Amino acid sequence: MSLQENLIKNFEAFEAQLNGHASQPEHTTRKNALEAFKTLGFPGPKNEEYKYTNLQKSLEKAFDFGKIGAEASITKEQASKYFIPKLDTHKIVFVNGKFDEKLSSIEGLEEQVVIKDLSTAFTEDSEKINKLFSKQADYKKDAFVALNTAYSLDGSFIHVPKNTVVKKPIALYFVNDASEGQSFNNPRNIFHIERNSEVTFLEDFNTEGAHESLTNIVSEIIVEENAAVEYYKLQNNKDTAYHVGTTQVHQERSSRFSAYTFTLNGAMIRNNMNIVVDGEGCESNMYGLYLINGNTHVDNHTEVDHIKPNCVSNELYKGILDDSSHGVFNGKVFVRQEAQKTNAFQSNKNILLSDTSVMNSKPQLEIWADDVKCSHGCTTGQLDEDGMFYLRARGLSVESARALMLYAFAVDVVSSIKLEPLKEFLQNLISERLQNDF
Amino acid sequence: MSKDDQILEEFTSKEYEHGWNIDMEADQAPKGLSEDIVRFISAKKEEPEWLLDWRLKAYKKWTQMEEPDWANVKFPKINYQDIIYYSAPKQKVKPKSLDEVDPEMLETFKKLGISLEEQKRLTGVAVDAVFDSVSVATTFKDKLAELGIIFCSFSEAVQDHPELVKKYIGSVVPVNDNYFAALNSAVFSDGSFCYIPKGVRCPMELSTYFRINAANTGQFERTLIVAEEGSYVSYLEGCTAPQRDENQLHAAVVEIYAQADAEVKYSTVQNWYPGDENGKGGIYNFVTKRGICAGDRSKISWTQVETGSAVTWKYPSCILKGDHSQGEFYSVAVTNKMQQADTGTKMIHIGKNTKSRIVSKGVSAGKSQNSYRGQVKVMKRAENARNFSQCDSLLMGNLCGAHTFPYIDIENSSAQVEHEATTSKIGEDQIFYCTQRGIDEESAIALIVNGYCKEVLNQLPMEFAVEAQKLLALTLEGSVG
Repeated sequence: MSLQENLIKNFEAFEAQLNGHASQPEHTTRKNALEAFKTLGFPGPKNEEYKYTNLQKSLEKAFDFGKIGAEASITKEQASKYFIPKLDTHKIVFVNGKFDEKLSSIEGLEEQVVIKDLSTAFTEDSEKINKLFSKQADYKKDAFVALNTAYSLDGSFIHVPKNTVVKKPIALYFVNDASEGQSFNNPRNIFHIERNSEVTFLEDFNTEGAHESLTNIVSEIIVEENAAVEYYKLQNNKDTAYHVGTTQVHQERSSRFSAYTFTLNGAMIRNNMNIVVDGEGCESNMYGLYLINGNTHVDNHTEVDHIKPNCVSNELYKGILDDSSHGVFNGKVFVRQEAQKTNAFQSNKNILLSDTSVMNSKPQLEIWADDVKCSHGCTTGQLDEDGMFYLRARGLSVESARALMLYAFAVDVVSSIKLEPLKEFLQNLISERLQNDF
Repeated sequence: MSKDDQILEEFTSKEYEHGWNIDMEADQAPKGLSEDIVRFISAKKEEPEWLLDWRLKAYKKWTQMEEPDWANVKFPKINYQDIIYYSAPKQKVKPKSLDEVDPEMLETFKKLGISLEEQKRLTGVAVDAVFDSVSVATTFKDKLAELGIIFCSFSEAVQDHPELVKKYIGSVVPVNDNYFAALNSAVFSDGSFCYIPKGVRCPMELSTYFRINAANTGQFERTLIVAEEGSYVSYLEGCTAPQRDENQLHAAVVEIYAQADAEVKYSTVQNWYPGDENGKGGIYNFVTKRGICAGDRSKISWTQVETGSAVTWKYPSCILKGDHSQGEFYSVAVTNKMQQADTGTKMIHIGKNTKSRIVSKGVSAGKSQNSYRGQVKVMKRAENARNFSQCDSLLMGNLCGAHTFPYIDIENSSAQVEHEATTSKIGEDQIFYCTQRGIDEESAIALIVNGYCKEVLNQLPMEFAVEAQKLLALTLEGSVG
């Protein structure tokens, strides 16, 4: 049975255990999404968006979707070892995509801020949720968004009312339990930030156990007028962890949104970061860093759609690739006719350390407005020989000179992090990785 | 009259300059495409058996292929059965010298500003003129022959040098390469053939002028340039077509084969009829151009100025196979009115220490769409490959679009690849500076655009550079505001 058929077949079983949820309005969306998934088909290499990332082949080889769904059990100790040290956050832990209340800790949350399990929110805040659910991420366009939408039940709903600053970052730890069998889950997040509010999100992905895991996550983020959102995504997962993630952001007038994506390990990772800038005076930042070796495959697709005038977007993605790793970057910037006075910058820089590593980069600008300043740059190369010589001349060994140069290359992205403990954690992690693995 | 005045004067004449056509009796094939038409063309050209087989193979491939749709252009579907695939100006005997060429035809070329005779005398450029699908005259043939250079029409080459043609045809662009290349391979009617023997430096610019005259015809010419070891040639190509309401198809193939230490420079000034303001008429320009640097230290350089055509779909490419070989691509693509251009290049690095450079300048005005699509690929064994790409877009008016689709695929760690692109408009301060000094707005724009394109225009041979500059001004005329 083909991969697609298998995934569709699972839907009946999923539907059967929905109970009351099946009669709610969002279930129509699920069914439509499944239909869309059937029409779209599983993206193969002929699909321009998945040209360099053959998920079909890899997933077919690694997964048996007929037999997925072993019971998960993660203890408090197991979960807490993934928590980022010294970082004081509200912690939400998801086990195989399911909100786990016992492992989570939410303390001192500002009044009226809502952090909820999505399935609970579907029942309790039905009206509110239906205005937000599947309104940003278009399941008709992307097969993985369709798949996630069809299976959406677990995940989180976070609502920040107007004029509220959420002091502590909200950290979402996704732990997959693959100790008994393979794990496949479709968590869905809806973050709604009302006007003049501020909040920071962190999504972190980890796997327990030796079996393969596949996370297909979709986060929909609505940033209302003059709100500010920081969004961190951390991927330092096992070699057996597959990940497809879509973050769909909708920005309204004068809002600010910054995304940081750090990919340090995994099997095959595909990140879609899509921002629709639908208001004047917005600022959007996207930072990304991928340090990969072994057979890791990382594909970062970003898209900024400038619909309204007077906005700024800025993008910096850097990568270091070693061994047989494969990196893909595709950055799209659309500037619509109405979006005059847009400033959009995009930069992708890569270092290849081995002849078996491959980098496919496609920075793409599509512009229909004339009064704009847009630029993109892309480089792929190796360490600067002069720089190496300078360090060697001062008595550094080849290894430490190399690690220092690589660190300097990578830390550029890290230095833009605003959370000090996270910055420190990543700096240490990166320098450790560079010393040991590259 | 100074050059500036000339540009100014041409600004005032609004229409497409080469929009006339001359009523000339033509020898045509019936409309449509079938195996019989392929045989008809081949028979008409008295071609040997192997070439007919080659054409039929291409035709068979073509029928199995589908028209590609990935380019960023939109146009109504082409009815391939509604095109005349062969049209030759009627001439009873083959002309031996220019004196015998139909005077009407000479008049045509005179109108184009490339009076064959005049060119022969004044500039020292050897010209091969292709009218509709057939080469009508080649100048300077004898002088070139003294050096062992073969420069003639494709059909002559098939008759006189079959061994060379057989060896190199399809070696760079195979028949099944793409839809339009297959179509061309099946029905190509003529074109130019150029062979530079070992160690010869071609003393003059070689030039081909293409013109589509008859209605409803498609032009399918094929150019093959072979540069033997240590040789050098600079090749120019120019094109025009009359103003017509229907769309005409132009699907050409250019192949360049460069042996060790050879250098080939290929320059194009493309000025096919672009259609009117409403997008009516104009040429569909679907061209496959590719060169291979087969030998070590060889070099191929493409320079193009694209101002015409309703739809352009063209990617002159270099396969850098020999070690230390070099590829260059310089392009200015200007679109106005309803024109659409999807153009760029491919640089495939295979050999060691190969270098490539891409400079692409796009200017869009009116309601046009201008895309750059390029690929830089560094293969696994291409040690120390080096690439620098720059593609800039200039937008004039808020109804046009500029798009960039660069593909950068690197499989070797010693490669150094850089790509940068910018999109902007002409600054108000720049225009203000010019108008303040008494230069009117339209000339100011021509001035700024010319400066913006300078890097590419500098690569063109003298005579072409002047023509290209005038063309730029003309294409953008009326786009202010």
